[in-house]
Amino acid sequence: MSADSATKKVRPFKVDRDAVAWHGRYEPYDLAKEFLIAFVVVCILVAGLAILFGSPDDTPVTVKSWSNNDAVGFATTAATELDGTSGTATYGPPYNLNGTTAGKLGPLNPAKWLGVHHPIDTANDYVLGPLSTLANQPQVQAAVDEYKSATADQQATWTAAYEKAVADAKLTDGKLVVPSGDYGPVATIIAAETAMARSGALDGALLSSRQFYGTDYTKPLLFIADGDYFANLGSAQHLSGDQWGMMNETGQYPGQAWLWLYTLWYQVGPIGSSDNADIMVFSIMIGLTALLALVPFIPGLRSVPRWTRIYRLIWREHYKEVEKGGGSGSPPQQTAGEAKTPVTV
Amino acid sequence: MPTVALVLGTLFGSLINLNHPGNYIHWGFIQMSYGNLLVIVLMIVVFCAAILIPFKSHKGGER
Amino acid sequence: MTIVDPKTERPDQADLDKAAGRPEDADQWTAKIRNTAVEALPPQKLLPDRQPAYVASWIYVFGVTTIAALIVVIGTGFVLSIFGPNWWHVSSTGLFVNSLHLWSVEIFMFAMVIHLWGKFFMAAWRGKRKATWITGVVSFLVSVGAAFTGYLSQQNFDSQWISTQAKDGINSTGAGALFNVTNFGQMIMWHIVLLPLVVVALVGLHVLMVRLRGVVTPFPAKNETPGEAAAAAATSGAEVQA
Repeated sequence: MSADSATKKVRPFKVDRDAVAWHGRYEPYDLAKEFLIAFVVVCILVAGLAILFGSPDDTPVTVKSWSNNDAVGFATTAATELDGTSGTATYGPPYNLNGTTAGKLGPLNPAKWLGVHHPIDTANDYVLGPLSTLANQPQVQAAVDEYKSATADQQATWTAAYEKAVADAKLTDGKLVVPSGDYGPVATIIAAETAMARSGALDGALLSSRQFYGTDYTKPLLFIADGDYFANLGSAQHLSGDQWGMMNETGQYPGQAWLWLYTLWYQVGPIGSSDNADIMVFSIMIGLTALLALVPFIPGLRSVPRWTRIYRLIWREHYKEVEKGGGSGSPPQQTAGEAKTPVTV
Repeated sequence: MPTVALVLGTLFGSLINLNHPGNYIHWGFIQMSYGNLLVIVLMIVVFCAAILIPFKSHKGGER
Repeated sequence: MTIVDPKTERPDQADLDKAAGRPEDADQWTAKIRNTAVEALPPQKLLPDRQPAYVASWIYVFGVTTIAALIVVIGTGFVLSIFGPNWWHVSSTGLFVNSLHLWSVEIFMFAMVIHLWGKFFMAAWRGKRKATWITGVVSFLVSVGAAFTGYLSQQNFDSQWISTQAKDGINSTGAGALFNVTNFGQMIMWHIVLLPLVVVALVGLHVLMVRLRGVVTPFPAKNETPGEAAAAAATSGAEVQA
């Protein structure tokens, strides 16, 4: 494969891009044995770490556990799902078309490009629908019907009043009781919703609402994530976005240290607190990832290895040999039989 | 006793329980769990060791 | 008198010549594929038993260590698949296998990052090895994705948290319409079917490229100027990998 320099154009040699082929000495190197040793070492390490530390398995939150641990918090969130002011209700695509929390990148709003693929109507899906499945509860059905037949303005008035009062609500004999006020049917609805949640029936209703064999937990997860209870559990374990949470794991386990650069940008004030934080950070990471992949093509960046001279340490034996001998080119070639003491790896 | 601990550790998940709330170091704007810090420090140590420790080219070479 | 067992007798050259390599068959697709493959990667290149003398540093073991760890990841994942996603929550043996799976992933990422650092400081893309570098970076990214879908498949508080947080980042790109991190069924299929296949394919390609080009040569020594080295190589008919 020798280059015919008379007819072929020879590119100038660029030390950070090109390499001279090796015509020097070869040493025996048993790749198969090296692999087996690496495999055994890895197995021993992995078994040792598993025996020593195990793995975390924190119990998942359910609507039942949430409403039993924080009934008032649950009721507050349920009210916002009913009146369409919750995080999920106002999320926008891919869940609904009510505004967007997803942010823009200049004039671009990629969040909207593919539209609504996982439709969630929080009032019906989380509150009115599940309550309608309750049997032998005429007052609840009447409250639901009254709410549904009211005007949007009337509904908003009731729920706004309720949301002001629910912070002072109390659980009395297992029932949610709010200070008296004019909430229309909303107090009955939310009290019934809370009771349904505390019994565990709401978890079941949310999952089986579309099909028996569901594996899609989007609805219950988004409902749970709308509440402060879940958010507080997360930040107690340092898992929140502004706590470098993306890198962390529950308990004292090491997490995903390789996500350090992704989560770093969320800690940078102007980016982290922006409404457009998510798309901004994503774009930065796409750019940096492209840089990493394309290092071989980028002058300057691809010279960093030569400038930092760590290669002089890695190949120090090679340089000792070449620089002792003097002159250019690779060390003198040896025939196969003349190889120095073989490497048995 | 150590054998029992080993067997129990294997059966019930772990010898050392890491399911307590984590400890975090705060260093300027960096906040990191001790678990992650240990992993990162170990990576740097192992990288330096890999470069600095001689790779002996003789029969039955050191491992 | 020795009896030759026809079942174990190796085909002799005459038999091989009947099956392949005739000049009149050279235009066949099969012949072309075989000839291209064997020319690019003859057995001695595919599985060499010698390496250039400069391949003598512990930094060179981290590529194979990454692959070894990947095999343990896949093996432990295989065992978890036998009993299904619920097993490790209800069985102490299952929990132990899950722990093996988690720590093999930590070792896998640990070794891969050190391998990446080593290859960067060796500028291992030099000499027509850019594609090797790129497949390596892409393997890293897909591996991060595979780990991510694994965390999402845990069916515990951690996966609840990660899915409800990550959905915001992914939804901001529009991809959330198609890649729904709160859909356990979808995430576990990406984790155990799609992404492992992609990782294995990329790693396989990456290793073949390393065998194709060989391990990158060192930077020119102090007493070698690159121009001289290139010229010396050119006049001796040696190959400059530029």
